[in-house]
Amino acid sequence: MISLKIALRFLKSSKAQTFLIVLGISVGVSVQVFIGSLIQGLQKDLVDSTIGNSSQVTVVNVDDNAYIEDYMTLSMQIEDSNEDIENLTYSLNTPGTLIYNSTTEPVLLRGMELNTVDGIYDLSGKVTSGRMPSADYEIIIGTSLFDKFNLSIGDNVLLQVPLIGETSLTIVGTYDFNVSTINDLWIISNITTAQTILNSGDVVSNIEMQVKDVFMANEIAVDLQEVVANSNYNITDWETSNAELLSALTAQSSSSYLIQVFVTISVILGITSVLAITVIQKSRQIGILKAMGIKDSQASLIFLSEGFILGIFGAIGGVLLGLGLAFTFSTFALDANGEPVIALFIDPTFILISALVAVFSASTASIIPARKSSKLSVMEVIKNG
Amino acid sequence: MDKVIELTNVNKIYGTVVQTQVLFDLNLSFEKESFNSIIGQSGSGKSTLLNIIGTLDKATSGEVIINGVNTKSLSKNNLAKLRNKTLGFIFQFHYLLPEFTALENVLMPYRINNEKVTKEVLARADELLDLVGLSSVKNNLAVNMSGGQQQRTAIARALMNQPEIILADEPTGNLDSDTTEQVYELLREINKKYKTTFIIITHDRRIAEKADRIIEIKDGKVYVDVSKTV
Repeated sequence: MISLKIALRFLKSSKAQTFLIVLGISVGVSVQVFIGSLIQGLQKDLVDSTIGNSSQVTVVNVDDNAYIEDYMTLSMQIEDSNEDIENLTYSLNTPGTLIYNSTTEPVLLRGMELNTVDGIYDLSGKVTSGRMPSADYEIIIGTSLFDKFNLSIGDNVLLQVPLIGETSLTIVGTYDFNVSTINDLWIISNITTAQTILNSGDVVSNIEMQVKDVFMANEIAVDLQEVVANSNYNITDWETSNAELLSALTAQSSSSYLIQVFVTISVILGITSVLAITVIQKSRQIGILKAMGIKDSQASLIFLSEGFILGIFGAIGGVLLGLGLAFTFSTFALDANGEPVIALFIDPTFILISALVAVFSASTASIIPARKSSKLSVMEVIKNG
Repeated sequence: MDKVIELTNVNKIYGTVVQTQVLFDLNLSFEKESFNSIIGQSGSGKSTLLNIIGTLDKATSGEVIINGVNTKSLSKNNLAKLRNKTLGFIFQFHYLLPEFTALENVLMPYRINNEKVTKEVLARADELLDLVGLSSVKNNLAVNMSGGQQQRTAIARALMNQPEIILADEPTGNLDSDTTEQVYELLREINKKYKTTFIIITHDRRIAEKADRIIEIKDGKVYVDVSKTV
């Protein structure tokens, strides 16, 4: 291990130079850690806010006006078919018009299975006043609609469903999904209310579910088509219906990879050039070591070790610096609500990989100087005195 | 007496386009435990000769046999091993590793073998430093020593692996005359104590005359070769 010892001593003897190289690698790694965490956080945030509180795989009847009759057995089959499926629930929906005093608004009545609805929609958590519906003919409505009708909790409103007629419903609460199209449109009751109004019997409009890995939704949907084995039922997934979002996410990922590749290249170039200069600086020492009988491979190993050591310290420094940046960013870059502008996602695996890439790049970068030192002839050094 | 170095028909030509022949059909041999000096004007080829003997340079043609081994057939790694075990170098510009202390520099030839520094080895290094009179500064970095101290450290280092041959190229070239005298006394002492063969290049005739044998190189050929009869 004499090579390692010499490498350490060389690095120690020129502290300023060593510090600058380590700093260079650290800055590279920290940029990688920070940008990576930022983009991953951004993606998670985007995925969460877009599809986190919605159905990711949905079973519907091919005919818009028809229902799913055997939904109980079907639900069980679906749940048993794939471990990645979670939060399964179902609902019966119908469009209608909400009437109160002289005001009317188009709405969508969503008769939901209230025992399981929270898995996907976290409905209880979104109730802003009053309570969840517990009996038939009780509904909760969006805050914006509530204000538009100038309602109070306990008021009765009329729901007119085409071809069926009017039904009186009691407002027991309001909700806020933070999405105006939902707040303006959905009125939510239990499932039997919807079934009674539509006089449909025990049926549902759709079976909704989420999947553990959102990017597996499409694959799972394809598998489910076989499980369902009924050509009247259509299975949709968020990936197919949100192709644009998906391509945006992919573009973001590739831009992140691109940044990381360039950061790595610049780290490699930096280390290679500095170590190449070091070989020239230390050519006298290498020459005398060769006269003393150091093997070419041992001489190369000195510079490979230098690269490796620089990589290790650069990686450690970079990870600390990157996490520091991330911490500063999420502490000081706040939006109006005092929440971080972007919630960073700190992924230990990703950070470990970034660190390993740095160590690997630094070691790779030292190959050229190492080869150079191995070719260095003692005669050159002695002649040049 | 046994011959420790034998050179037969050694030629050295530098350059490919413009060729300069530095050594012409040299035939030389050195006996074990002898103390030899090589003199000659600058450009005479004496340094080239020493570097070829030390396997730092390769002869264009001819044979170099060291300790019975023909160096022509050795791989780069085996040449390195030969230098490490059999040869010790002392250069005009001491060439210590400035990043290391005197003691570490002395230990370096031993540590190149990747062997553990045992108590005995450390004791030998201390003994050598004592021999060259540097015990008090052995933990100084090489850069914090005087020229004479550095040269004496280099001598101790050359002896570390108990080589059979020590090659010295103007070992006192940049030392004052008092120090020069001391260094030569030291080399002579080592020659007697450890039975090491010495080949020393010098341009100082007074120094050369203290050797058992004087070889003068002129224009790449042996011009004078005289031995003191013991």
